[in-house]
Amino acid sequence: MSNQGPKTLFDKIWSEHLVGQREDGTNLLYIDRHLVHEVTSPQAFEGLKISNRPVHRPEATIAVADHNVPTINRQNIEDPQSKIQVETLAKNTKEHGIQYFDLMDQRQGIVHIIGPEQGITQPGMTIVCGDSHTSTHGAFGALAFGIGTSEVEHVLATQTIVQNPAKNMRISVNGELPFGVNSKDLILYIIGKIGTAGGTGHVIEYAGSSIMGLSMEGRMTICNMSIEAGARAGLISPDQTTFNYIKGRPYAPGTEHWDQAVEYWSSLPSDNDANYDHEIVIDSSEIDPMVTWGTSPEDVVSVKGTVPNPSSAKTENKKKSIERSLEYMGLKPGTKITDIKLDKIFIGSCTNGRIEDLRKVASIVKDKKIASHVQAMIVPGSGLVKKQAEEEGIDKILKDAGFEWREAGCSMCLGMNPDQLKPGERCASTSNRNFEGRQGRGGRTHLMSPELAAASAITGNISDIRDFT
Amino acid sequence: MDKFHSLKGIAAPLPIVNIDTDMIIPKQFLKTIKRTGLGVSLFYEMRYDNDGNLIKDFVLNTSPYDQSKILVAGDNFGCGSSREHAPWSLKDFGIRSVISTSFADIFYNNCFQNGILPIVVSPENLDQLMTAAKNQIEFTIDLPEQVIKAGNHLIKFEIEEFRKERLLQGLDDIGITLGYKDKINAYEEDKKNKKPWLFKNN
Repeated sequence: MSNQGPKTLFDKIWSEHLVGQREDGTNLLYIDRHLVHEVTSPQAFEGLKISNRPVHRPEATIAVADHNVPTINRQNIEDPQSKIQVETLAKNTKEHGIQYFDLMDQRQGIVHIIGPEQGITQPGMTIVCGDSHTSTHGAFGALAFGIGTSEVEHVLATQTIVQNPAKNMRISVNGELPFGVNSKDLILYIIGKIGTAGGTGHVIEYAGSSIMGLSMEGRMTICNMSIEAGARAGLISPDQTTFNYIKGRPYAPGTEHWDQAVEYWSSLPSDNDANYDHEIVIDSSEIDPMVTWGTSPEDVVSVKGTVPNPSSAKTENKKKSIERSLEYMGLKPGTKITDIKLDKIFIGSCTNGRIEDLRKVASIVKDKKIASHVQAMIVPGSGLVKKQAEEEGIDKILKDAGFEWREAGCSMCLGMNPDQLKPGERCASTSNRNFEGRQGRGGRTHLMSPELAAASAITGNISDIRDFT
Repeated sequence: MDKFHSLKGIAAPLPIVNIDTDMIIPKQFLKTIKRTGLGVSLFYEMRYDNDGNLIKDFVLNTSPYDQSKILVAGDNFGCGSSREHAPWSLKDFGIRSVISTSFADIFYNNCFQNGILPIVVSPENLDQLMTAAKNQIEFTIDLPEQVIKAGNHLIKFEIEEFRKERLLQGLDDIGITLGYKDKINAYEEDKKNKKPWLFKNN
């Protein structure tokens, strides 16, 4: 990457944050904001203690517990290990003077929901968190990526990270989105197209009229799942939609700096003739509502499609992998996707647990009842999302339809808390990973949009929102 | 951090693509606040049945693979979450090197933080090494020479110089970076003037 010539959004943020080069040739990148949760941080704080190192800049870090927390009866965490982890976070943050939103704080929620919600996430920033879905924050034109616990410790101690620049990839999606197709379908389609290792070593910039036409919530859903495409981070150019979203939020730049910040943010979009290592152009008219059938996020198919046949695989490895997935999922080749019967519905997660997602679900299930054989759960991404939904009467619509209305947290996206699938149970899920055992041992996950999950809750089968009236 | 120089031992074949970090160490084991003790839970759902008994035909449950120091696995190893519990559990089991055709970025990074050497080889070489592993041929991995020896196979591999040095010397990354503290402080002072909103906390 040269300092001269046209630059991508990634190049601009990168060069702005370069502290310098170490003698071993690696780059030190400055980190503006560090988000911390209970699962990947205890060993990092322990490491600091052992080496007797302080936190370099405590006010640049914000902590919250989300992975382990129960979504009902949260006064008492029953699992003793979960309880210790949450208490350890409270203790560590207090000891080092780090801001912590505790479980009784209305601002508590999934770390990637609350960052944007509080205005912590801003264009041009570097943001890290010991969580792979940190890519979510790229929706604001911030370079945001997940790190391991050793790196969490490194950031706490130095406010920098050791990195070498990623390659640039641009995925442009153009045209008006067809009826029934939204950001979740777009990103599932992209992952299906490039594969779960398609973005490895790259930062993906999403561009084109379909992307820029999305709300901030929609953009976050796209960037959130960049990691499922193997990318280190996702990025979308900041624009007026971004600025409008940020303005007035608690941690947003105040009046005294607002104009200066916007001026800087406006300089961030990629230069017209910037160079990308990889370019993909997609016409949005080719995209249907998408569903996963297998155990990798790349196992996607149109909701109008069928379960694939292993014999159609191009390589022996792929064939074996399809066979393994089908066995785990309990599916037969050729089955129509809409013939797949469900046991559970999970709406929530850092992918689709925002107010806009809840509003869509409410509009679909209003005055209807969920199928008698399904259990449906809706988990707001944060305490504030929950509050807003309740103010809008969304909770009542959902409860009337038969949904369970829960407290904020990661919930069944990863089943570290009491919300889990039982072996063999089949779930329509708005989350981001359909890995074996992800939502509970033996549990079977079909990823999809909140609209499809809502329609599927009513019919009890995976359903096409376009057929649903 | 533990040093890594060379390694000799049996390699376990795991010919599955997209082995994700949930498979390597499932969520219920992430509740620990320690780095150690995870080896017994490595690949838990493939290794144990619903009652917690060892599944006899899973490779790491059979001799001599239960003593493996090396894993040979399918493409895109370590995809999924950022949990460093994945390399912690591998290391605690005794695995010090993983060979595949590609690795997910975060997992790859995490390995080096823990003295584990992930090695990328070509699909042809992976096939050869997978067969050698199945035939229980002893592997030798020589980091200074950047070569894997297994029977008749002699396979060179690439590694970035700084990563190699860090493994060979077992360097403390934070310690190195703290040597640049003046630069970090200077960077912050500069940005406080140029982008003051980044240093305001409400």
